[in-house]
Amino acid sequence: MSLADGSVPPSPRPLVKLTNIRKSFGPVEVLKGVDMAVQEGQVVAMIGRSGSGKSTLLRSINGLERIDDGVIEVDGECVDPSQIDLRALRLKVGMVFQQFNLFPHLSAGENVMLALKVVKKQDKASCRAAAEQALAKVGLGHKFDAYPSHLSGGQQQRVAIARSLAMAPKVLLCDEITSALDPELVSEVLSVVRKLAEEGMTLLLVTHEMRFAREVCDSLVFMHGGRIIEQGPPAELFDHPKTAELAQFVGMVEAR
Amino acid sequence: MAYRFDFASLLDYAPVLVHGVATTVGLTLVGAVLGVGIGIGGAAARSSANAPLRVAVGAYVELIRNTPFLVQLFFIFFGLPSLGVRLPEWQAALLAMVINLGAYATEIIRAGIDATPKGQVEAGASLGMSGPQIFRYIILGPAMGKIWPALTSQIIIVMLGSSVCSQIAVEELSFAANFIQSRNFRPFEVYFVATALYLALAVGLRWLLARLGDRLFARAARA
Repeated sequence: MSLADGSVPPSPRPLVKLTNIRKSFGPVEVLKGVDMAVQEGQVVAMIGRSGSGKSTLLRSINGLERIDDGVIEVDGECVDPSQIDLRALRLKVGMVFQQFNLFPHLSAGENVMLALKVVKKQDKASCRAAAEQALAKVGLGHKFDAYPSHLSGGQQQRVAIARSLAMAPKVLLCDEITSALDPELVSEVLSVVRKLAEEGMTLLLVTHEMRFAREVCDSLVFMHGGRIIEQGPPAELFDHPKTAELAQFVGMVEAR
Repeated sequence: MAYRFDFASLLDYAPVLVHGVATTVGLTLVGAVLGVGIGIGGAAARSSANAPLRVAVGAYVELIRNTPFLVQLFFIFFGLPSLGVRLPEWQAALLAMVINLGAYATEIIRAGIDATPKGQVEAGASLGMSGPQIFRYIILGPAMGKIWPALTSQIIIVMLGSSVCSQIAVEELSFAANFIQSRNFRPFEVYFVATALYLALAVGLRWLLARLGDRLFARAARA
């Protein structure tokens, strides 16, 4: 979907549209009116300092955080923040977590098959086929029967990605999915994400991997103090930050 | 010491002892299954979003845990008939044991549920699973695996506590011992044997439950 210069052609209906999202934890307002749109096939990274609200914003998109005000639309459907049952929404929005969150009592294959079985009510054979396919996609077809405790962090995270993908979501949310990994394991996870991006998967990532964000993402969103204060093509944001906050942030991450 | 032991005098009463052991084992096994069932339901209720339900189950747990089993048993057997509920001895005993174990099991299982990492629940939710599905497929197995040793101990406590049911003439092991010693006037021998039988039952039950736990929760132990 992205053009050569990294900009995105206008689309009549974004896949994810956030309007004036507000959220407080007690007296602390962490999202102070955020507007954002993600087009189908777009890969968007949210960057910013910890505490800037980016993870909270990501988690609000599939209802893991209840927003106080604003409108979330996914695939044209409005998400009512007071809605108790968010299951229909969550079928469209997959999520991968920083801590993998695999089910430790289930094998890799069973982790992937569980929701296919109990949520999508697929029969055993098609669950298995879908799980094998999803695991093969992340390069772990041979680990179907392995338990999470016998997998490396990178492998566990790839199983978690496969588990989400098997549900065929329209958009995949990735919440700092390499932050808990040993440095040598980061690249195997990022290469899976890169492959997904190339295949046209709509991805919304919170990440600290700036090189990855620059190389893979169509658009970057810089959050600061609960607001989006800059967004646009990665090269533009990194090379020509308009705000002092972004300039400082870019300076900090590049100094690492 | 002038006393001459006479364990042979018990032989005539062997059928009474066997009946007593069978009753104790039967009450314990049925009581354990039902009590653990109530414990799972109670723990789920205490973790639910329904506040009145949480409070009601909490009240039940505190009521049972802070009153003596004997009084609970008497209340059911002697008290309830005033309200027209008249249960045979063994039913009253079983009910008291189930209610008692259910309360303790609720607290024990809840501890296991509380130990579930929040991220696993969020992962299930993000896959579109409902609350009950998350409880059944993600939370319960590992939680039961974690608390199984504690639950095993509680089941054994209930089995030993069932001796109290002799007070309402349930013909379990203690009742059998009391009966025999009132006939043969050999309390030392009788209670010695009864003690040995309880010990054997407790050790055997612990072994059995450990094997059962291995079978049921071997995978949960990975958690």
